[in-house]
Formats: sequence, C-alpha cells, structure tokens
Amino acid sequence: MTENGCEHRERVLTMDTMNPNIKRVEYAVRGPIVQRAAQIERELKMGVNKPFTEVIKANIGDCHAMGQKPITFFRQVLALCSYPDLLEDSKFPEDAKSRARRILQACGGGSLGAYSTSQGIEIIRQDVARYIERRDGGIPCDPDNIYLSIGASDAIVTMLKLLVSGEGMSRTGVMISIPQYPLYSAALAELGAVQISYYLEEDNCWSLEINELRRALQEAKKHCSPRALCIINPGNPTGQVQSRQCIEDVIRFAATENLFLMSDEVYQDNVYADGCKFHSFKKVLFEMGPEYSEKVELASFHSTSKCYMGECGFRGGYMEVVNLDPEVKVQLTKLVSVRLCPPVPGQALLDVVVNPPQPDEPSYDTFIKERTETLATLAEKANMTQEILNQVPGIKCNPVQGAMYSFPRIHLPPKAILEAKEKGQSPDMFYCMKLLEETGICLVPGSGFGQRDGTYHFRMTILPSKEKLKIVLAKIKEFHQHFTDQYS
Amino acid sequence: MSENGALPHRGRVLTVDTMNPNVKKVDYAVRGPIVQRALQIEKELKEGVKKPFEEVIKANIGDAHAMGQRPITFFRQVMALCSYPQLLDDNKFPEDAKNRARRILQSCGGNSIGAYTTSQGIDCVRHDVAKYIQRRDGGIPSDPDNIYLTTGASDGIVTILKLLTTGEGRTRTGVMISIPQYPLYSASIAELGAVQVNYYLNEEKCWSLDISELQRSLQAAREHCNPRVLCIINPGNPTGQVQSRQCIEDVIRFAAKENLFLMADEVYQDNVYAEGCEFHSFKKVLFEMGPEYSRKIELVSFHSTSKCYMGECGFRGGYMEVINMDQEVKAQLSKLVSVRLCPPVPGQALMDLVVNCPQPGEPSYQTFMKERTAVLSALAEKAKLTEEILNTVPGISCNPVQGAMYSFPRITLPQRAINEAKAKGQTPDMFYCMKLLEDTGICLVPGSGFGQRDGTYHFRMTILPPTDKLKIMLHKLKEFHQTFTQQFA
Repeated sequence: MTENGCEHRERVLTMDTMNPNIKRVEYAVRGPIVQRAAQIERELKMGVNKPFTEVIKANIGDCHAMGQKPITFFRQVLALCSYPDLLEDSKFPEDAKSRARRILQACGGGSLGAYSTSQGIEIIRQDVARYIERRDGGIPCDPDNIYLSIGASDAIVTMLKLLVSGEGMSRTGVMISIPQYPLYSAALAELGAVQISYYLEEDNCWSLEINELRRALQEAKKHCSPRALCIINPGNPTGQVQSRQCIEDVIRFAATENLFLMSDEVYQDNVYADGCKFHSFKKVLFEMGPEYSEKVELASFHSTSKCYMGECGFRGGYMEVVNLDPEVKVQLTKLVSVRLCPPVPGQALLDVVVNPPQPDEPSYDTFIKERTETLATLAEKANMTQEILNQVPGIKCNPVQGAMYSFPRIHLPPKAILEAKEKGQSPDMFYCMKLLEETGICLVPGSGFGQRDGTYHFRMTILPSKEKLKIVLAKIKEFHQHFTDQYS
Repeated sequence: MSENGALPHRGRVLTVDTMNPNVKKVDYAVRGPIVQRALQIEKELKEGVKKPFEEVIKANIGDAHAMGQRPITFFRQVMALCSYPQLLDDNKFPEDAKNRARRILQSCGGNSIGAYTTSQGIDCVRHDVAKYIQRRDGGIPSDPDNIYLTTGASDGIVTILKLLTTGEGRTRTGVMISIPQYPLYSASIAELGAVQVNYYLNEEKCWSLDISELQRSLQAAREHCNPRVLCIINPGNPTGQVQSRQCIEDVIRFAAKENLFLMADEVYQDNVYAEGCEFHSFKKVLFEMGPEYSRKIELVSFHSTSKCYMGECGFRGGYMEVINMDQEVKAQLSKLVSVRLCPPVPGQALMDLVVNCPQPGEPSYQTFMKERTAVLSALAEKAKLTEEILNTVPGISCNPVQGAMYSFPRITLPQRAINEAKAKGQTPDMFYCMKLLEDTGICLVPGSGFGQRDGTYHFRMTILPPTDKLKIMLHKLKEFHQTFTQQFA
C-alpha cells in the first residue's frame, strides 16, 4: 500500500465475488439472440449490407411495438390524470373525465405524482374486486385481498420470495411447467429455490396431466420440500387454454399434496380457439365447494401488458390472494411497503381496464370496436400462424388456442445438431441464430423455455401485422427448407 | 385422506413458520405501525368519531404532492402529450413540450409509451441523463452505457446490493450504512441476509461523517463478516446534512484504501438550503481527485424523480450511474434487470424531462423557472422555520436542516416515560410518537425506525406541509412536548 492509499488492486465486485445465484439466472426472452438482433439493427442503420432490410422482433410479447394501437379511452383518461387542466377541454368525453376525476380524488394532493398506499389505491382495488366478481359469476372478492403490482412479474416474484425457505432437503421446491415463461426459472435461480419441472403433453395440445404432476412431485420430494405449484393459463409459450376439468384436477392435486397454488392468468382475454374458454382458478376453486375454497391457498396474477390493452410499458398489474394466512398477509404487506408503491400511472391504467366504458356511456361504441378488432386480429393471426407453419415439412405446430405465441416443434438434421454442439450452442439456438443472420427474424429458441430432451422448438409471437406476419412465416418456411437441405 | 379426496383439517402451506425467515426480519418504519394507526384514525374521523383534532397530518413520508406541492406544469404537459399523442395537434400546448414528447415517442416501440423499452432504459433518455450529469459535474464525461434507468432509486439500490451479497458466516458481505439511515437499506440488507455494518454520524457536529468512526466500524465488522460496500446518503435522510467536499474526498480515500465499493444515494441533490452548503456529487469529486482514484474506485450513484423540486414519487422514475464496474459483472447486471423487462415508461419519460428541462429561449422556460424556484425556496423557508421553532422547545434540539426534506430532532424524554414505554414493549420514541398521534393527529416516524445512538431518542418529521400548516403543526408539537414532559415528570 503506497502512502497516498491507492495502488493497483483487484476490483471489489468481480465474477468471483458477486452473488452466485445471479450468475445462474437466465432470461432467454431478452437473452443473447436479442442482443445480436439489436446489434444487427445498429449495423443496418450504419448502412451495412444484409440479405434483409429490417429486423423483425418476434421474440417478445410487445403488442404496441409491433403496431397494435392503444385503446383510445384509456389514453384519454391517462392524459387527463397527467395534466388535469385538460378536464376543462371539451374535446374529452365525459366518461373519461369522470374516471380521471375519481382516480385523482383518490390520490394524495389530487396528483398521480404522490405515493399511493403500498397495496395500491383503495378505490382501484375495489374496482378490481368488482371486476373479478363480475368475471367469476358473482363469487365475492375482498378488495383487501388485492395487491396492485409493478406488472404481474413483480407480484409473482414477491410471492415466490415469501415461499422460499429451508436448506438442503427442506429447501422450498416450486413446480412449474416445461415449457415455461422464464421469469419463473430466473426468479427461482435468484432466490436459490428448487425448480421442479412438470412436462406439458405436446402430443395432446400441451395439456397438463395429473400423473405427470404426481411423477414430478414424487421425484422432487427426495431432494427438496415442494411447496408451490405454478401454472400459466392461457399458457406461455405454449398457448394452450386449459379445460375446466384440468383446472379442477389441479386444484384437487394441490389440496391433496399441500401445495400453494400460483395461477398466472395474464392472457385471460386472449382465447381464440373454438371450444376453448378461460376459467379462472378462483372461480373453479369456489365452485368446488368449501372443502377446497376454504383450504387451498391461491394467488392469481393479472397484468395490463397483454389481452387487448398491450400496455406493457405502464407496468400495471395485480394479484388476488385467497386463503393467505393472516400473519403471512401482514408480512406480505410489510414487504411491499419497502418499495413504497407500484407506479401510479400503471394503477390508473388498471383501473380503467377493470372499469371500462359501459353500454350507456359515450365512449362505449369506440371502445368495443377497438377491443373487438384487436382480439379478432389476434385470433386470425393465431390461426394463420398455425396453418402456415404446419405446411412446412419438419415443422409441427400445435393449435395456438390462446396467449400470443406459437411454439412449434422443429425437426433438425443430425448434422446441424452436431455442428451446434461443437459450437457449444443448443441446437435450436444454432437454428435461430442462423435464421436471424439470414432473414432478420428474431425468435427465441425453445431451450430458453424448456422442452423434453431431444426435442427442439422456437417461440414466435403472433404480433406482427397480418401482412408482415405472412411474410415472416413464408421466410421461415423457406429458411427451414434451406436449412434442412444444407445439413442433410 | 377419505375416498372422495376431501381433506382432513390441515395447516396452511404458507405460515410464519414456513415462510422466508429473512422477510420476517424486514422492517420499514416509514410505513410501519405508526402509519397504520394513523390510517385507522383517518377512517375513524371519516366515520364521525370525535377526536381532539380534525385531520391527520402525515408528516411521516417524503411525499411532496400529497402535502400540496404542485407538479411542474411543463412536465405534466409532456406526459399528457406522450399518453395521448392526438394532443400534439392541440394548440394549447407549447412547442417545446411537443418537441420533447415527439422525441420520446419516436424512441418508443410503435411510438407508444405502452411498449416495453430495452431493459436498461430508453436509449435517448440515457443519453440525456449522461449529458445532464456532464453539465452538473463541470464537463466530466458520462457514458450513457453506464446509465441504468430504474423504478425509483430504491430499485437500483436493491439491485446493486443483490449483486454484492455473497459468502457465508465470516465471509458474508457486510454493508456499511450510516446511523441514522433511510430504512430501505436496513430492510434490503435484512431481506438479502447480508450483514449491516453501522457507522454513526456525529450529531454534535451537525451529523457529520467522521473517518475515524468509519474506521472503527470497519475494524469491528471485519471480525464477523466481509465488509464490501459503503453506502452514503447525501444530502442525508433522515438527517438532512449536506456533506462538505472535504468529507466526500475523505470517504473516497477511505473506500480506496479499504477496498470498498461505494454507493452514493443522491436523490436530494437539488434540496440544499443552508448557506455555505453545496451539493458535490461523488462522481465529480472522484474524477477531480485524479486517475489513481477515478480509474479504480467502483462507484454507483443514484438519483430519482421523487424528490428535489419535482416530487413525482408516484411515477417511480430513477437512474443509477455505474463507474468502474467490472465488465463481466456489468453483463450480469444487464441480464438481471432484463428479467423484469423494463422500468415504467412514464417514469422514464419524466426522468428525460427532469434532465432535459426547458432552456432559456424556449417558450416554457419562464414558467418552469418560476415554479422550480418557488418550490425550492418554499422548502428552504420551511427548513429554517422548522429548525428555529423546534429549537425554542425545552427538551428538543434540532440540528440545522441543511438539505433533503426532513428534520430529525433529538428529544429528551423523562425517565418515567421511558420506563412506561419499556413496560409496554415499545421503544420510548415510538411511545412518544404514538401519544402525539393520538393527541394531535400528527404522524411522525420515531427515530428508532432509522437508528440512533443508544439512549438517545428522535423523530423524523417532513418539512413538506404548506407553511401555514407547518407552523400550526410545530406549535402543536411544542405544546405536546411540554405537556408530555410535565405528565411524566
């Protein structure tokens, strides 16, 4: 050490000294392939010559980025809330103004800029509770069981945090589907919990089989303490909409096996296929009677990011907790208080989502028109995607029953698999990287979501405009054929 | 288990015994038990229950708008334009607001603030933040790639603490933090299972930071953990002191010598009131100390849209600047923030306006300056008023409120009161604050929520209520303290 106190030294924070759990975290939706796509975009901007003129980002469920328009009414209310002088402006409809006034009255100092209570603005939680009651055929919902959150991700992570305890064999295990949305695997890695994978049945339209849950659970009990069962319905990346029977079976299973249920229902309005219907876990639970509805601990999650709103950037969301131990609930409330409150614009947005224009209100017609069009377009694109991909020899796509993605299985020639492995890449990453370099289309390899050994997939959103989607699908078809020939 | 699968009575899966034990150790006094009681009292007042007061005055939290401070007009105009771009055709909005809105929207996916942004935050906003930092720090370069937009400063602080927490037992990460401190730090340290390493600010010297105290604290800590990081809040919360430039240099030298990662919480950087006090950013001082420090010290600085003259707490806007972070660790940081997708876009937009505010010559400049100046001078007045009035109360001693938004006066409590508190299982200052709340409706946070030297008692009170209300509040406090002292004599 020299006299001035400073000489060459190693950094305090290095790969060796940092939190080891974080090193294990992966999040493919924004992982290496997306970084490469962003780099290619920069190269295009700089005039580098490529076999394509733009990168098509079909990797992330971001509707507005792909051209979907926001709902007019929602943005009017947000503008009014942001700048209340506009309440004097005759260009805004009365129903938007009355919603804005109501929200502002519930904010400290009448401003969106004040902190709200940590659980979220009370009248908004009340509106959410009423929305849930309407949705679930009148089954009561207590606003005190509603926690507004920073997108659904925030609430999911908070619940997982609460659930994680123990060490070694008593360490919390959390059951999650394979394939899954990698927030779950990332959060479990960060928290040092044990991920318990249960496989969805690809040959049966990604159905959830109870004997598979049982298998996964039995295995897991040998090395951890399984405590929670997570289910994403409608599914991400797989798009299946579980049947009511399935949901009942899962509830029974959770009851029998003493598992805390977490139901991720952010795609609840994104249901396209004939014969499919969204059944909320809350509703089914209560319809199964008090022996279940008074016992099973359930947390359900929703968000403003998907459905017909697509307002990802606002980070609006909520969770409803059912049968949560009152002392634990106090701990939950305390935990969320440290981060003060969820973003108030997101809370306001959620309020208009659960409290949209009614038939007798001025904005109703436009609202319904916009909502219907958005959902109908998504349904068309879901169907188109499945049809076109199923025409490609070597690609097999299950029906996109709901959500926003296709997750087709791709057959890769052994030579390609070998080359990938030599490069230290998972074969579907190798495939997707080549697709990106040759066509500018950015997808996420199935390995980022999990899949059965020896199978390969990719996740592609159905969000590009219809015209662009047709082009994307045609290019994928061409690429796949070319790739197959190249590695035969 | 009966045949129909119906359950025998069973305990819940998630109980206080089976839940995450670290979460149980978390406390956050700013929204803790006294605030819960305050809310309950508000409900009772609404229901018509008679009380010795008509309203609860919430002087517990640094929430400027809730206490009547107005938002900056320009900022809200741009936010409205971004939310509902049809308004770009409305001639009621000034051109400079429209330009900013267009620029922000152009950098959003599909030109919508409803799209996700990159996880590090909108590119052009990070560029604007970097330019702001450069201007603030006399031209010292700031790389936009070192800027991470965050969900308020709290989010950034927790993320960095997460990265730093590792080891077990004697090698467990120790985090140095001031006593008194803003309890986000103690809460996060508890949740992460890191070791809190306290260093005491010097109340007799206006809450100054003494290097000898840092040294003492560090030596003691090394016996049971691995101290890796030193956190400093400047201007201070709850204490309000604005550290001198010399002090900041000394802290940097100390961190260099002792191999500590520096975290500088600077969210109150515009809230400086006292004569002779000036905000010196850690980044600037670090670079002015020359390459032997500026190339070595790992520093993260935090800022937010919640305080200063904006007070936009609800938008959850913020950023951090990382200096000399290991490149591989930075890649891990980027990966970690990607899991939560992106910070709220309205907050990112708002941050853009804060760092890219109206310039002389622009249509909104005059109004902007007028509003900004009015807010900051009102705060300065109230800081002084608070200090003066509290210092006229026998048994209350208030250090100058040099900056931030709070007073943290020391209160002398009669021994009988201390005994009664302890008999009730309450900290004496909680006992005092609860009585104050029940008798006057004034909600403060007891000093025990922030940390204080053993045997001393304090409370934290914001300086945010409007001046008239603040005067009334301070007089009620004076009255209460005298009554309390007599009652427990």
